[in-house]
Amino acid sequence: MYKLVLMLLPVLLSGCMKNSETERARKAQGLVYCAEANPVAFNPQVTTTGSTIDIIANQLYDKLLSIDPNSGEFRPELATHWDIANDGKEVTFYLRKDVQFHTTSYFTPTRTFNADDVVFSFSRLFDVYNPYHFVGDANYPYFQSIGMDQLIRQVVKIDDYTVRFELFNAESSFLSNLATDFAVVTSKEYAQNLLKIGKEAQFDQLPVGTGPYLFKHFLRDNLIRYHRNAHYWKHPVAMEQLVYDITTNGTSRIAKMLTKECDITAHPSATQLEFLISREDIRVDKAANLNIGFWAFNTERPPFDNPIVRRALSHALDVNKMMQAVFYGSGIAAKSNLPPSSWAFAPQSQLPEYDPEKAKQLLLEAGYPDGFSMTLWAMPVSRIYNPNARKMAELIQSDLKLIGVTAKIVEYEWNTFIDRVGRHEHDSVLLGWAADTPDPDNFFTPLLSCTATFSGKNPSNWCNPEFDLLLTQALDTNDIELRKVYYQQAQAMIAKELPLMPIAHGLRFQASSSDVEGIELRPFGGISLAKARRAQ
Amino acid sequence: MREYLLRRLSLLTFMLFALSIFTFSLSYLFPGELLTNLSGLTNSNYTSTQLLEAKYKLNESLLQQYIAFLGRITHGDWGISLSSGENVFEHIRILFPATIELCVYALITSVVIGIPCGIISAVYHRRWPDNLISSVTMLGFSIPIFWLALLLIMTFCLTLGWFPMSGRIGLLFEIDAVTNFMLLDILLADFPYHGLAFQDALHHLALPTIVLAMYPTTVLIRFTRDSMLHVLEQNFIKTARAKGLSQAQLIIHHALRNALLPVIKQIGLQFSTLITLAMITEVIFSWPGVGRWLIDSIYQRDYPAIQGGLLAVSMFVILANMTAELSHSLLDPISRNKAHGKI
Repeated sequence: MYKLVLMLLPVLLSGCMKNSETERARKAQGLVYCAEANPVAFNPQVTTTGSTIDIIANQLYDKLLSIDPNSGEFRPELATHWDIANDGKEVTFYLRKDVQFHTTSYFTPTRTFNADDVVFSFSRLFDVYNPYHFVGDANYPYFQSIGMDQLIRQVVKIDDYTVRFELFNAESSFLSNLATDFAVVTSKEYAQNLLKIGKEAQFDQLPVGTGPYLFKHFLRDNLIRYHRNAHYWKHPVAMEQLVYDITTNGTSRIAKMLTKECDITAHPSATQLEFLISREDIRVDKAANLNIGFWAFNTERPPFDNPIVRRALSHALDVNKMMQAVFYGSGIAAKSNLPPSSWAFAPQSQLPEYDPEKAKQLLLEAGYPDGFSMTLWAMPVSRIYNPNARKMAELIQSDLKLIGVTAKIVEYEWNTFIDRVGRHEHDSVLLGWAADTPDPDNFFTPLLSCTATFSGKNPSNWCNPEFDLLLTQALDTNDIELRKVYYQQAQAMIAKELPLMPIAHGLRFQASSSDVEGIELRPFGGISLAKARRAQ
Repeated sequence: MREYLLRRLSLLTFMLFALSIFTFSLSYLFPGELLTNLSGLTNSNYTSTQLLEAKYKLNESLLQQYIAFLGRITHGDWGISLSSGENVFEHIRILFPATIELCVYALITSVVIGIPCGIISAVYHRRWPDNLISSVTMLGFSIPIFWLALLLIMTFCLTLGWFPMSGRIGLLFEIDAVTNFMLLDILLADFPYHGLAFQDALHHLALPTIVLAMYPTTVLIRFTRDSMLHVLEQNFIKTARAKGLSQAQLIIHHALRNALLPVIKQIGLQFSTLITLAMITEVIFSWPGVGRWLIDSIYQRDYPAIQGGLLAVSMFVILANMTAELSHSLLDPISRNKAHGKI
């Protein structure tokens, strides 16, 4: 028996020694990103979930154009240039040549990217005759919430490399919407191949794009593997592989950073930031982010249909306490529903401040001297704009108690939660919004417009024609000063009517190994790992 | 021997029958729509509901439904997981080998360490090696494995950085899943980093194996020790000693063979405990096995998955126990005659 033990010893010991060769081989191969959740789908057109967009959008796909995060100007991507004619109602894109779609185990392209792909990708969103329109129940949440389906008249192929978008009316945010992570170009040829074999549903699950990485393998709850796209049109990709390690537990993600099992981690929690910053082998990046965390009231339900009640409840909120207990310095208190880094931002003096006495007085005025009871829905996941909604809900609960209002905290699993809030089953909800484009419209139309109410994206269930008119007017002009005026009026209206009470803007944090370079952390949209590489 | 085999076989059939009845009734006992629990499909429309009802024979007698259930199980149609939308059987096929792999290594470790330690402590009865081994065993036996796992992670992963804390292998090694047994797959795979990948897999195995092996090792030590002490008391040992055999001859040639018989049976029985403990270990070390998946499914109220997972795990435990008993009876002729329920 002892011989056996002796024989096994070296094997066991060899496992203990950290082999530098292993380390080098591993590092040369690729990058591991600790992701917080399974992706909902592999096509950004059909989802707005932030964790999914981070994983798929910039890695697998390209858009026609993008926005430079620093200057805010449009940059050419799959379109080399574009011009706008006919009072902004016709936008013509001239496409890049020799862009290859991914060659994967399930698809081999026979032609390069051309106008057909663009027409197909965008007509899927609104054209009921597109064979893919109803795949996945015709659910295109972002485009529906901004009313894109009512904006585009048609997308026309002029020649193989020219596409014209014809609009019903000119809209100044149209180009920024095309530059969001959702407006990706997919392969028409792949779609047709799937159609022939009757496997349309596979289109959103096994992706084919033109992006820097190509899809290899997805094992639910475990990992997603991408390989380098050797034919990427923009620049050579340094990483052989990109692997997403799906780790739902935040503490495990931090631990994996420490053991070097992950190179990058999404959303480290605010409480652990200081510890991470103190480590030399880990770099913590911070970026101002266009987002807003708010407390939305269901304005169709009494007593929340009364603006005085909404104001009273908002006065009871001790925002400073929340900033300390929930954000730990990773956020800034909101002065409007727009973040300060947006060009249309104007601080609102009308926004209620912490004043329980005034709150009681207002409740008395509204006819609720003894208060009432209500439900307070807290989202079950951590987001930049609200790292811990449960805790925030508890704080609000105790604040409301002081003015005689009893709040019951309601929680559901994330997807159910979104569904039910979309059906407006709540009294009030702690939610937020992270922008996809720097255009200020992104904070209004997808969130508070009437179309958003119908598509279930408006958590306040608030439809105000006057407010919608302001938004339309702001979109109808390209004069930036004029747009500013309209948006400032819209902000003032929100501060006055309070369909939602803006609470805070979160700062986006990201931890990565200090030897990884080239991660693009932008103030809006998902993360891009196209240029990621290891420092020599 | 033939009679013995027949008896075992009938017992096995009965147990599997009871298990299938239990699993079958689960879909009726779970909350929620019966059709959803059975098929894993939500929001089905009228025609597909009709089809499903016909498939599951919902409008016929329970007996018919049970027979249809058995037919589906044997054909590998275990329903669709609510959370992933994929076939439950497919999940199990991919995940189970990881659990078995972990359990087998843990069992090997505990045999390799447990039996010699047990023998040593019996031979040095009431002297310092026995005292040392017994107290360490006591400690290992009493420590809850989730706590042990966290302690090991804190020391060896986070502080010392010697071991990785999750998974079966570094994620950048791309191993094609052929058998789903990691070490085998690495040997079968054709790629330049063979040695490195193998080493890395061992590296990942180390901590989970130690944690999982802790409990069975302590049980085996105590069992071997007791059985050895018992044998050493026997008259034939005393006779042998009186004849002048050396201690080593005595232990190796006479005592060991007799003492190990009950231990072998015990090894097999440990497998069911191991599967249970493996679930906890898998959760802590993010080991992509059937246990972690089952626990996730419970959290997500994924009824078809819970049902399938339970069926697979219990079937495996029953088969493992049966194999252990059979192999024991091959080695120990006396046990064959120890009939159950025989007057």
